[in-house]
Amino acid sequence: MDVKSLIAKRVAMELKDGDVVNLGIGLPTLVSNFLPEGVNITLQGENGMLGLGPVKAPGDEDYEVTNAGGFPIESLPGSCYFDSATSFAIIRGGHVDVTVLGALQVDAKGNIASWMVPGKKVPGMGGAMDLVVGAKKVIVAMEHTVKGEPKILEECTYPLTAVGVVKQIITEMGVMDITGEGIVLREIAAGCTVESVQSATGAKLIIPKNLKVMQVD
Amino acid sequence: MNKLTTAEEAVKKVRDGDVLLVGGFLKGGSPETIIKALLETSSAKNLTVVSNDTGTTETNMIKVMQQGRVVKVLATYIGGNPVTGQMLIDDPESVILYPQGTLAEKIRCGGAGIAGFYTPVGVGTVVEKGKEKRVFEGREYLLETGLRGNVAFIKATIADKAGNCYMRGTSKNFNAIMARAADYVIAEARKIVEVGELDPELVTLPGIFVDALVQSEDVL
Repeated sequence: MDVKSLIAKRVAMELKDGDVVNLGIGLPTLVSNFLPEGVNITLQGENGMLGLGPVKAPGDEDYEVTNAGGFPIESLPGSCYFDSATSFAIIRGGHVDVTVLGALQVDAKGNIASWMVPGKKVPGMGGAMDLVVGAKKVIVAMEHTVKGEPKILEECTYPLTAVGVVKQIITEMGVMDITGEGIVLREIAAGCTVESVQSATGAKLIIPKNLKVMQVD
Repeated sequence: MNKLTTAEEAVKKVRDGDVLLVGGFLKGGSPETIIKALLETSSAKNLTVVSNDTGTTETNMIKVMQQGRVVKVLATYIGGNPVTGQMLIDDPESVILYPQGTLAEKIRCGGAGIAGFYTPVGVGTVVEKGKEKRVFEGREYLLETGLRGNVAFIKATIADKAGNCYMRGTSKNFNAIMARAADYVIAEARKIVEVGELDPELVTLPGIFVDALVQSEDVL
């Protein structure tokens, strides 16, 4: 299994039957491919939809039903549509159970930087700031490092998306919870050692006695 | 009152210096027929465009911007329009980025007679710069103000000649809220029907918010 699918599969195991979930563009979108049996979730799209289905095959040009990336999608039975103000009442109002998104940096205080790299072209934050502030649980799903450099730090250096909102980080190296004491390594991927995870991480990891091996079967 | 007109006639209402509220989410529900009329038949300049994203390289807003007629943009995501991206690089004051829910709520408030609101989104980020911060029940919030435009461009799936609009699927996006927050509202509809032919239960936007109705080139 490739790294992105592995991360997505482990994230999927965090979701509970009945959850309302918003998945960010890219790796997080893969999560819906790996839902455990018996877990049915409702996907929310910030452009105004609950009940997102798969992206349609190329050639189907119905731009009146799209995902937040602007791609035409199927709507699942029970889906519904609403305007952008209602969509963000759902998001900001705490009616989304889990949001899964990628990040440029995450730090030991749960701060996240995900929308701009200084000196590079700025795409804008879109709905990311609202999602991480409003969702009940924020999971960052990303590769552990970028070009060998840590993305998990004591303190973010890029402009923040929000302060103190990230609860969990899932990478190809493990599962980490952000607590009041710092980042706790809950699970470690097979083939990694505590030392190898720590050396790929820019923040001090707390290693609990009951550290588990990350299961992705 | 007959609201039916042409896009060319309707965009004559756009004046130099106007604030335009432009509906749509990337290509979804983008009022391309009206924007095209602005591009080809209007000379209004020094415009401020309020839009979720200012479209993509395939939509018409980028062409209006290439004519140098847009001096300011308020948006949430501009990754699809490289001209807006360049504006931001050339003059950081010319492109104001808002969290998407904040922009949507600013417009909703503008249309609903609400002066402002406190939101937790943006606290501790560059978004809080220059804004009043206030604590409610131990949590910090930013004051954001309502936003209105001179003219709104919106798109509907079906409209009756009284301006009642049905917006299908995710095309409601910013269309349904912007129409409530502008002095003059131009709606294009993919299909236009007689008064009485649109089921009142399906009206997304009451017709009183619409001033001019034009047939969309994107015919249903």
